[in-house]
Parts: sequence; structure tokens; C-alpha cells
Amino acid sequence: MRGISKSFSSIRVLDDVDFELEEGEIHALAGGNGAGKSTLMKILVGVYTLDEGAFEVDGQRVDFHTIQDAREAGVGMVFQEFSLVPTLTVAQNVFLTRESHGRTGLIDDRDSVRRTRELFHTMEVDVDPRRPLDELPTAHWQLTEIAKALSQNARVLIMDEPTTALARTETVQLFSLMRRLQEQGISIVYISHRMGEIFEICDRITVLRDGRRVLTEELAKLTMAQVIDQIVGRKLEHAMEWKEHSVPIDAEVLLDVRELVSGTMIRGIDLKLRAGEILGLAGLMGSGRSELVRAIFGIDPVTSGEIVVRGRRVSLAGPQDAIAVGIAMIPEDRRAQGLVLDHSIRDNFLLPILGRLSHGGFVDDRKGNRLAESFVQRLTIRMRSIDNPIRLLSGGNQQKVVIAKWLGTEPQILIMDEPTAGVDIGTKGEIVNMIRAFAEAGHGVVIISSELPELLAVSDRVLILRDGRVANELDRRQISTEEELHHAVQAVS
Amino acid sequence: MATPEVTGRFDRSALVGAVKAFDWRAYVIYIAFVVVFAVFAITLHDEGFLTENNLLNIGRQTATIAVMAVAMTFVIGAAQIDLSIGATAGLASVTAAMAIAEWGIGAGILVGLGTGLLVGSVNGALVAGFAIPSFLVTLGMLGIAHGTAQWITDSAPQPILDDTYNNPFGSGDLGPVPSLVIWVVAIVVIGHIVLRKTSYGRRVLATGGNTVAARFSGVNTRLITFLTLAIMGLVAGLAGMLYAGRLHSGRFQWGEGDELSVIAAVILGGTSLFGGRATVIGSLFGALMIGLINNGLILMGLDFSQQEIIRGVIIVLAVALARRK
Repeated sequence: MRGISKSFSSIRVLDDVDFELEEGEIHALAGGNGAGKSTLMKILVGVYTLDEGAFEVDGQRVDFHTIQDAREAGVGMVFQEFSLVPTLTVAQNVFLTRESHGRTGLIDDRDSVRRTRELFHTMEVDVDPRRPLDELPTAHWQLTEIAKALSQNARVLIMDEPTTALARTETVQLFSLMRRLQEQGISIVYISHRMGEIFEICDRITVLRDGRRVLTEELAKLTMAQVIDQIVGRKLEHAMEWKEHSVPIDAEVLLDVRELVSGTMIRGIDLKLRAGEILGLAGLMGSGRSELVRAIFGIDPVTSGEIVVRGRRVSLAGPQDAIAVGIAMIPEDRRAQGLVLDHSIRDNFLLPILGRLSHGGFVDDRKGNRLAESFVQRLTIRMRSIDNPIRLLSGGNQQKVVIAKWLGTEPQILIMDEPTAGVDIGTKGEIVNMIRAFAEAGHGVVIISSELPELLAVSDRVLILRDGRVANELDRRQISTEEELHHAVQAVS
Repeated sequence: MATPEVTGRFDRSALVGAVKAFDWRAYVIYIAFVVVFAVFAITLHDEGFLTENNLLNIGRQTATIAVMAVAMTFVIGAAQIDLSIGATAGLASVTAAMAIAEWGIGAGILVGLGTGLLVGSVNGALVAGFAIPSFLVTLGMLGIAHGTAQWITDSAPQPILDDTYNNPFGSGDLGPVPSLVIWVVAIVVIGHIVLRKTSYGRRVLATGGNTVAARFSGVNTRLITFLTLAIMGLVAGLAGMLYAGRLHSGRFQWGEGDELSVIAAVILGGTSLFGGRATVIGSLFGALMIGLINNGLILMGLDFSQQEIIRGVIIVLAVALARRK
């Protein structure tokens, strides 16, 4: 791709960008939110047409106008938001709109199943093509997406944040699959915010910033710090390094969870959180991390055990009760659980505090506007007006609204489930600083993150969960490297 | 972000931009209302479309639909639906009429409203408490309410002879204004304020916009769902009583099929069928639009089957135009 430019309503999103992908290479595409990665890739798969520039596949000049054009040239995309139908089986999804037909002209499902099985065989993975997708874990959805692309003879695969929903073991499996595909001569464009993974799997990297290419280089010649500098365009203030608290942790126990049992996932957990402390929760998918905080926030019912908030035993019938005792939770999935995407920034921000802002049922709009404006400024949320719908914001700014919304409830205890997922590295640093400031004001934070460097950067203690129990508790001082934490989570010594 | 270089000069491109940025789709119902009104005013002038009497008639005939459309705005805004409102109105009209005949006006009003509230509460409890889709619950309730109304009256009309009931509930006027119009104005004003200015209204829209996010934000989404459906029943009961007052009797057929007109009015008005976006004023104009079309087509001398066809075409057209990109 050469000299690619693209504008949306007079805003230039891509400016003279070059991008080369060699046969059989895994090429990382990195950049902050709004840097133009997705736009570039959407041009490549034919979703958008370009304004200027040209691109070639195998030296042949091509011009994609539709997704079908791109598909015929062998470019396939593994979408971030999976483009699969959950109620259909794996095989039906793989061959959707290209079903095999038998002699009678009816769909021959058995043939699709056989061909899907062959595909999975060449991918060396084990997925049952006859199972409906909604019965399968997310990792299998991804494999289905890849099989779908391969079934169309794709030679270029684009993967956009493919590991967000995966546990570490699943990520490892995905990576070995990527290497096998690479050996078969398939080229992969790998889009991710996770530097560790980029260095682990990719051969070369291209960094975009503000719609321009700022770097293309072999990763072996680069350090992580160099790449990050290129992405943010300024020296990152070492947000991801551990910092001592300027205010010591208080003796007061804010949250005391005793022998908590909830559903089938949480089987007896003890946890103490002190004022000023940041407690990390680590564990694999299915270890009960998210389920534990859901129970503490009153979303899932408690079967047995106690939750004590500042010395008082509480029983939580729902999130409204948890909010009332000073607990706030930033949920895992901001689009599905955190925000009403069609509503304005202000309405989203005000939702949890409507009761406090109302007199006799009437909302005090002036006070609400003032409050929303002040939080937007405090968290430097980039937007045109608080009346704009939230779906127009970038992922990082949306996440900041979620955080603002919960800080607005003036909580004592802040629970964060994957607070930096899908957020660019500059915003990540800001969020980490926000967490620290909140704890230093004498509040407590429980943070879940699958990104271990981030967990290590902020947590005073880390609880490692396994099968709904606390498998290990590590003090910050006991962990010296990311690898050690990694091993503790994976339960290998 | 182009700023005009010469200030004080007429900036044509800025004006064009402003016209382009104007979201006319949000105002389709008002534009369509004005257009249809103007067309009828010109073409049906000789048939007496613009006479005071005819305009008040449109108001009277639209009143029950408009009143129910206000409550339906909340139901659809919360991403639910209520198909039982027509049957509920019919049932409330007969229970109110029977109670008036037996015990007098006061009891009649209480029984009529109570009937609606009871039906709505059962709907709300089943939807919110047992997570049964409101489409199914209220479809079942349509049959139950309709059948009950027919059964307890042996299909016979229940006359209301007491004009102290009939006048305020739809037959009489207050000065020059029909009482029905006063009911519509009152309900619309209350509905608009509740939707726009109260925490309840915001929570209804949040529940409809994203139930999970609303629940995670501390909104008691089940209570909100229950309340919207219970209030819908109450308002359908009131609509039934307005039918009874206007027509001096309770009858199980009153309100039959109204659910479709009401839902059409709400959607025409700009409320999202998927919840989260709703407008009470839009629903009022949606209802008026349907009344306007009915009236105009009758004055044109079309027969009932032709009216139905044209009404259907206009509704589909307006919704298609109002659709967001």
C-alpha cells in the first residue's frame, strides 16, 4: 500500500501512509486510539475506499470496492467484534453464504462439517464443527473466524486485538497457530495494544501516529521503550513502573470478605482491603476473578459468607445497595456493561447519581451539567460537547467516561475489572495515575487485569485465584519480575 | 474546523453546512404533520376540514389514542411492548360502567382505574419477576382481558346514564374546550415532564438503552420495568373510562385494535422501537397524525378499505423517512 490517504468529512484520518506486508510474515500494526490503524485495515479489506494512493497484491495493482473484491484477492479479516452468528453451528458459520449443496439443491451440512473438520485439522486445533457457537468458549469463536477466512483461501489475515478475550494459555495456542500459518506462507497483520505480545510473535512493526506512518522496522532491532515512545510521540512518564505510595496504607479495613461462596464459581474466598491500598486480583479465565467482584458489587447473589464494609456487615440485593455503602465497579466490558452507547456523555455520567441529584424526583440539570463538565475536565476526556452520544468517542475516552461516572459516586472502594482493555498506551498511563491518586486519597482499590505489567505497576498486594479460591497471596516486595507473577498465575513453580 | 477569514461577510458555506447538519430526520413527524395538515386544509376546504367543529372532532377521536401513546412511550422507551392495552381499555370501560350502576360514580372511577392498574401490574410482575418477554405476556393478557370483559357482560353494552360521570370523562366541554382535549393536554404535559426532568424518566431510558449497563449503574431495572407496565395498565384503564364517558356506556369492544394505532403513533413520533430513545411530544403528534389522516380520508369520501390502505402507506413512509442512518 502506497501513499494511502483517507478523509472523513474534511478530517484527514490517514495521510500518505505506506505499508508493506511480505509473504509469510507477521507484521504488527500499532498506534494510539484514533491513529488510523482500523481505517487502514478497513481500506485493505474493502470496507472503505481510499481517497488517494494505490495498493498492490503480488505486484498487481488492485482496487477494492467491496469486501468481496478483497476476499477474492485473498485478504481476510478476523474481526475484533466477531462476525459470527451464535445460534448456528461452527461449520454453518464457516460456510455461511457459501454452503455446499447436494444433488437435490438442498444444503449439505455433512459436507460443510467434513470440510470444516479438514480446516481445523490443518490448523492442528480441536474444535467440534457440529456444536452451536454459543455453547463454545470465546477462544473457539476466534478459531472459527480464522477457519472461515482460510476456507476462502485467504493469504493475508488481519487480526485486530485477537487476545483481548483470551486467557494466557489460549493466547499461547493462538500464537503457535499463527506460526504454523506463517510456515504455510500466510501473512498476518497483527493489531494490538499489548507490547509484550507484539514482541513475542511479530517479525516487523509499523507504527502509526495521527494518521501518519512514523516507524517500520524489524522488531529484533527495537526495544519496547523505543516502540512505546514512537506510539505516544513523547517520553511516557514511566507510568508502568512501580511507584511507592506517597501516603502509607492505613490500618483501617475498608472491605472484609469472609468465606464468600457465590454460584458455582466462587467457593470460599477471604479478602481484606485497607484504606489507601491497591489490591490486585490475578488468575486465569474461569478462575473466578470477575465472579468475585460481581458478588461483592451485588450483581450475583451471595450463597454464604459475609461482606463487611468499614466494620458493618452488609447484605447486597443489587448494585444499588453496593453503591449506597460506597462501592463502585468499573465492569469488564464497557460497551455491554458500562455504557448506554446511544445516550450522551452527560446522561451516562449522571446515571448512578440520579438519586443524589434529584429533589422530589426532579433531576437538578444545572448541577448535573456542572458536575459532568468538571469531571470531563479533570479526566481530560476529549470530546466536543457533553451532549454528544458516547458512541462517537474513541475507546480510551469512553473508558474515561466510565471511570468518571464511578468517581462521581464518591466511592470509598473502587473495583476495576480490566480497566485498560482496548485502551491505547497513553490513556493507559493516565488511568494508572488515576488509580494511584484515588488510593492515595485514602480509598481502596481492587483491580483485575490480565496485563501483568500493569498489575505489577499498581498493586500493593496480589491475590492469585484458582478454581474459585485464593491460591496464593503475594506482597509487592515478594515479586521482583513479571515472570515470577506469571508463573504464580500459571501455577508452575 | 474552518473559520471564516473575513468576518462580517455573509458566509455561505457555513449556512450550507448548518442546513446539512440539521438533523431533519428527528423532526420528520412535525414536518409530516404540517404537510398533511396543509394538504388537507387546501384540498378538503369545501368539505369543511378547517371548521372548528371538525378540528375539535379530530381532537376527540384522537384523545384515547394520544393518552395511551404517552404511557406507551415509556414502555417502548424501556424496550418493552404492551399489546393488551386495547383489551384493557375495553375491560375497564365495562367494570367502571357496572360499578357506577351498582355503587355510584366514585366507586366507578376507582374500579375503572383499579382494573387497569391490576392488569398492568400483572403484566409488569410477569415480565419483571419471571423474565417472560412482554410481547408474550401482553399477547396473552389481550385475550384474557378481552374475554373477561365479554364474559362478565354477556356481550351486552353497559349503559351509563349519569351525566355527572359522562361529562368530565369525555362527553362534556369546559367552556369551549372538550373535556377529552383537557385530559390529553394534562397527560401529555405530565408525561413529558416525567420523561425529561425526573430521575424515573432517565432510568426508564437507561433501562431501555442498555439494561445491563443500567443495572450495573445501580438502576433497579426490574422495578422500572414493572412500573412502566403497571402505569401503562392504569392509563389504558383511564382511556377505557374516557371511551365509556364519550359513548355513555361500557362495552367490551371499546378500544379493540387500539394497541396497533398507539404503537404506530409512538414509533411515528420518533421513539426507538428498540428502546433508549423516546419522546412524549413526538408521540402526541404521532397520534394526532393518525387522527388527521383518518378524518381527512373520511371527508374525501373514501370507503373503509381504501382508508386502511392509505393509512398503512403513510405510516410506513413516515417511519422509513425518520429512520436513522
